Amino acid sequence: MNIPADLKYTKEHEWVKIEGDTATVGITDFAQSELGDIVYVEIETEGETLDADEVFGTVEAVKTVSDLYMPVSGEVVEVNEALEDEPEAVNQDPYGKGWMIKVKMTNPEEAENLLTADQYKELIGQ
Amino acid sequence: MEVSEDLKHIRLEKKHADLGAKMVPFAGYLMPLQYTGLIDEHHAVRNNVGMFDVSHMGEFILKGEKALDLIQRVTSNDASKLTDGKVQYSCLPNDKGGIVDDLLVYRINDDKYMLVVNASNIDKDWDWISKHNTDGVEMENISDNTSLLAVQGPNAAKALQALTDIDLSGMKYYTFEIGTFAGVKDVLVSATGYTGAGGFEIYFNNDDAEKIFDAILEEGKKHDLKLAGLAARDTLRLEMGFCLYGNDIDDTTSPIEAGLGWITKFTKEFVNSEALKKQKEQGVERKLVGFEITEKGIPRQGYDLVNAQGEKIGTVTSGTMSPSLNKGIGMGYVKTEYAKPDTEIFVQIRKKQVPAKVVKLPFYKSK
Repeated sequence: MNIPADLKYTKEHEWVKIEGDTATVGITDFAQSELGDIVYVEIETEGETLDADEVFGTVEAVKTVSDLYMPVSGEVVEVNEALEDEPEAVNQDPYGKGWMIKVKMTNPEEAENLLTADQYKELIGQ
Repeated sequence: MEVSEDLKHIRLEKKHADLGAKMVPFAGYLMPLQYTGLIDEHHAVRNNVGMFDVSHMGEFILKGEKALDLIQRVTSNDASKLTDGKVQYSCLPNDKGGIVDDLLVYRINDDKYMLVVNASNIDKDWDWISKHNTDGVEMENISDNTSLLAVQGPNAAKALQALTDIDLSGMKYYTFEIGTFAGVKDVLVSATGYTGAGGFEIYFNNDDAEKIFDAILEEGKKHDLKLAGLAARDTLRLEMGFCLYGNDIDDTTSPIEAGLGWITKFTKEFVNSEALKKQKEQGVERKLVGFEITEKGIPRQGYDLVNAQGEKIGTVTSGTMSPSLNKGIGMGYVKTEYAKPDTEIFVQIRKKQVPAKVVKLPFYKSK
């Protein structure tokens, strides 16, 4: 299971990459493997400002559906539109081409509450 | 489903895990959900050949000259039409208008039958049939010693022929033969399946499971046979519009509502046949239909079905993204006025009402 050390994580199996006040968000390798073949990523919150833990979208696998949660509060400033035509990128490259949104954080200190790679590993029992 | 301690085990459980299967509890057994990936496995079965271990299924043997009478009383289809080596799809109606289970009836000879039932219903079915066994038919539950491999797909006969003296390509749909398979005697090979892709279901004693499984895997290499799990089995069956007990039919749905009128024969009397006959004559208030999403979205079990005014008209009982058709498909009960093909209905997906169209089953028409 690939869990890059330089990223932060949530209990809901999102990863977060912090650069200044921008957070890039996707789902972890563990999450994509649990969901199976992903066929549809629905994110209709571009431009909206949401609180941490609010739902920003939904990911549909063939067999199951799962909500996506904001790891931090902020405005959804960009959505990965490539996922519209290529949702399987989330399975193939969850930390790269499979990224989902960029968030302009309203409260960058919230990032300190996120899990480290080691804490996340422990969470999923790796 | 919670992992419980009294989980039962199919013989090849460890082998599947070693082969990379994701194992999940299903119907009380730890079963392979998928190996390489659901979509890969689905296409392998539709277009070539795949193998499922479905040893969780239940098998009962009924013996004696009254066996047929008992089967006729508890099942809805007319088992008197069976001849040796023929299989029939049927159901066990309950006495309240619902269905105890759906099943396959195998006529081995005129006083020996095999019933194949759903794993989750083994005990319930056994008790139900036993209760109606008033003429002392000899019943044996061989579920715990029986393994079942389903080798499915258009190239199944080709992939298996070298392993058996049974002429596989000559077998008609819903027939079976008992013969030698992979050197094992008395293996029952049945031209049936739950995928609509063609192929065979192979029943044998657990003690031969490893030998037969390994032989098929080895011989299958020449034909690019893939292992497939329950996830692909479900998308394949749903593309065919086959009912899944617990989703599309259950103790509260009648076979008439479920579109199983074709296996409900009033040429004989059976449990609740009077009431079902009346239903058939007078019509039902709801019907199980298939529908396709016409825009974007995937229906899921439990979602509401609504009309153009947003009023609830039914519930989704099974739904998925169809890997073969690349769109959302589902089945569900709707008020009868919405059951005609081409009727526009809507699926409530989260906050949206997504348009869908009632279609004739199967969703997937084989080439």
